[in-house]
Amino acid sequence: MSEIAAEPEGASRPNRTFIARLKDSDLLASFLSSKVTVAAGAVTIILFLAALLAPWIAPTDPFNPATNFLSDSLDPPSFIAGGDPRFLLGTDDQGRDMLSAILYGLRVSLAIGFCGVALGGAIGVGLGLISGYAGGWTDSILMRIADVQLTFPAILIALLLDGVAHAMLKAQSRDESAFAVLVVSIGLSFWVQYARTVRASTMVEKNRDYVLAARLIGLSHARILISHILPNVMGPVMVIATINLALAIITEATLSFLGVGLPPTEPSLGTLIRIGQNYLFSGEWWIVAFPSLTLAALVLAVNLLGDWLRDALNPRLK
Amino acid sequence: MTGPLLSVRDLRVEFATRKGPLVALDGVSFDIAPGEVLGVVGESGAGKSLTGLAIIGLLDPPGRIAGGEISLAGKRIDSLPPAQMRDIRGRRIGIIFQDPMTSLNPLLRIGDQLTETILAHKSVGRREARERAIAWLGEVGIPSPEKRIDGYPHEFSGGMRQRVVIALALCAEPALVIADEPTTALDVSVQAQIISVLKNLTRRHGAAVMLITHDMGVIAETADRVAVMYAGRIAEVGEVHEVVRDPLHPYTQGLMAAIPTLEVSARRLAQIPGAMPRLSAIPPGCAFAPRCPRVFARCAERPPLMAIGDRGAACWLYDRAAVAADVRT
Amino acid sequence: MIAFILRRLLASIGVLIAVGLIAFAMFRYVGDPVNQMVGIETSVQEREQLRHQLGLDQPTIIQAARFLINAARFDFGVSYQFKQPVADLIGARMPATLELALVASILSLAAGVPMGVFTALHRDSALARLFQALSLIGISLPTFLIGILLIYLFAVVLRWLPSFGRGDVVHIGSWWTTGLLTVSGLKSLIMPSITLALFQMTLIMRLVRAEMLEVMRSDYIRFARARGLSERAIHFHHALKNTLVPVITVVGLQLGSILAFSIITETVFAWPGMGQLFLQSIQNADIPIMAAYLLLIASLFVVINLIVDLIYVAVDPRLRVHLQRAPV
Repeated sequence: MSEIAAEPEGASRPNRTFIARLKDSDLLASFLSSKVTVAAGAVTIILFLAALLAPWIAPTDPFNPATNFLSDSLDPPSFIAGGDPRFLLGTDDQGRDMLSAILYGLRVSLAIGFCGVALGGAIGVGLGLISGYAGGWTDSILMRIADVQLTFPAILIALLLDGVAHAMLKAQSRDESAFAVLVVSIGLSFWVQYARTVRASTMVEKNRDYVLAARLIGLSHARILISHILPNVMGPVMVIATINLALAIITEATLSFLGVGLPPTEPSLGTLIRIGQNYLFSGEWWIVAFPSLTLAALVLAVNLLGDWLRDALNPRLK
Repeated sequence: MTGPLLSVRDLRVEFATRKGPLVALDGVSFDIAPGEVLGVVGESGAGKSLTGLAIIGLLDPPGRIAGGEISLAGKRIDSLPPAQMRDIRGRRIGIIFQDPMTSLNPLLRIGDQLTETILAHKSVGRREARERAIAWLGEVGIPSPEKRIDGYPHEFSGGMRQRVVIALALCAEPALVIADEPTTALDVSVQAQIISVLKNLTRRHGAAVMLITHDMGVIAETADRVAVMYAGRIAEVGEVHEVVRDPLHPYTQGLMAAIPTLEVSARRLAQIPGAMPRLSAIPPGCAFAPRCPRVFARCAERPPLMAIGDRGAACWLYDRAAVAADVRT
Repeated sequence: MIAFILRRLLASIGVLIAVGLIAFAMFRYVGDPVNQMVGIETSVQEREQLRHQLGLDQPTIIQAARFLINAARFDFGVSYQFKQPVADLIGARMPATLELALVASILSLAAGVPMGVFTALHRDSALARLFQALSLIGISLPTFLIGILLIYLFAVVLRWLPSFGRGDVVHIGSWWTTGLLTVSGLKSLIMPSITLALFQMTLIMRLVRAEMLEVMRSDYIRFARARGLSERAIHFHHALKNTLVPVITVVGLQLGSILAFSIITETVFAWPGMGQLFLQSIQNADIPIMAAYLLLIASLFVVINLIVDLIYVAVDPRLRVHLQRAPV
């Protein structure tokens, strides 16, 4: 079969940047060729926009006590019997409009997801570059730590970090710092995969001619790492980041659902589901159903995009 | 003499790609007589292995047979239902792949792989199959086969593994063995041994061989006839000594000039300038024309395989009318 | 062989000591243990006395060593919140979690492996596509959502299954309790175990599918085809065994993470297990329980890893020889 493999796709050159590979891989063509991927892209964009524009498109401000009346509490969605036309998706126990709460919740979930992925990516890429470039005992120690951490599921690490943060912070500041605690917990539990991938690519890249040339002309190690090696290891990082965004959103939702994430005063989708679960038996299904649907659609769409990106760039990720 | 054991006529193999079908084999025709050794030679990418895979019906999708006929002992086998084709593989046609390191299942004992093949094709009991497996290991030259039969592939060296592979290909006594570069992955020191094991065993069991290689020396020593392939087509076919002594096709001539002999030292070997075209960029006429030292006007058209005595060459030089027309202009 | 096991055992102990030190650091430096144990009105003298009793005035190394030795004897101190020995608290809840995890593991393997094999072999069939679509949804739906969905369907709408708790349990021996022997116990187990198994099942299915496809492309499968072996023999004698070797490692780790994911399932279904206890300890900053749980999970992972290594050696003949040749 080597006879065929040498033909159309065999012309892979080293030193190709992420952008070059993006163009080479007919990314747009492969994107449009799959209806599922296009649909996932559309859902993702709609949800991202909705989250971004929440303060302007939400019918009410769910956090303003002046606009929430307990007399409106537990109204069913407007399209079923007994619904109030003001509340398309009904209201919760506080009389908050569910649609508005979901839009704001989506905003919080995505914000934490992005910040968590960015933090995890920054730590992972940084340590991966150092580990791969420096080698020796630095490399050994970092990879040992990564090995041990990898044997524990991310959700457990995030829970532990959260617990430690709880114990160290005073009770009243917990709610205020919940956002930061979540971002740090997610970031610290997701760095390993980036680090391993970047380390492997760095070890290959550092022996290439262009790096040797950069060293000969006297560039500093930091300069070489950032402006020469980093751009060449970014492809796989993008794929991991996309898949990790879905994981980070799930992790945040899970932590909030478990009651160690965001407080009800600043609810994410997970917090909303936690609140809504209490009304499952009394028949107010909409409080849990709509946030759940939103969360599921978001994660599914991002996962589909991640799968497609991995296949399209095919940097042999497992 | 009866008809040919294997007859390939106008075989065409295509690969479906996003940019339309890629023609990998085009108009390939040749025969193999019972007990004959046919060498198939050509550069890598010429379509030798693909021809072998097409014959036993193991082309990987998106590759497929898009035209032509393959017949075994007069019966077409290129469009058989999978169950019947499976019955032909192993029992009627055996195949040996290039790399013995990856051809054997690493988790199964040698003996298991042999006996399961024998049991699949011969109506014998388990004990009898094991006896035969041991006998085959002995025949391919594995020392103390009754012990080694319970070994795992990783306990054998590369040469020994290829002997096992030969035993596996022959153990159901096929009439034809396709040997796809059987020595390429091996140490130079054991290459000759493997070829001689293959040659002796097939002769003893009366099997014909299609020996695929890029080593013209092996062909010259082993084969009865030779088919030269270039860019998915047959360039020349004929009796091996005649082709070596008097190659007809300019490509074969270049190939022969590139073989080191005792008289010509390796340093002064002739090389054919240029490289074989990629499948996606085969010129419309003769595929060899861009590199051919004797190219002329007629070569813009595709040459058929022309019969010259009992040999054949796909070259307009052997078409009198074409040469005459060229002289006139 | 024995050398190999010993070496793995040493590495495992190393990991456990490292995790133990982290647990110690949590215990010692996250908040003040003494402040957690006493009331506000306790005098400074009494505090100092307690500090002395706990050995907190001794050098850090001695404290750490004592912590590790105590941990090895299952002595994790007293819960700040419950004022009971941590070992007793965890011990009382362990059977519930282990039973749930065991049933979920069996479920995820029994369904995941055949589904993975099927989707790899019949890639274009409708059923395989359905499995693939379901697996993507299974990976995208957070565990707690699956649990809520099941509760809504089978407890709220259909009223077939209980939505919380373990049902009636039977005592076996001095401390083990089981729900497997009563009807209500079994009914209670259905939804939590499915919830817990679903995510792992989809992972196992996708993994088996990917490995199987990889193996089916290998040379020895092609050679087996070329020898005219039946599809059945190729799939189940040749391919499956090779597929399962790399799958074992990942599946081992995945089964370990079922224990961690049981925290979520236990919360959704109010399952009285260790996960719930751990979650409570996080909410209440009950460090001794957190430290003990961390060590417990680490030990379980280490044990699973060891078992996986041994299975590996048993399955792959290449490793056996490799080990005999290099007994270091």
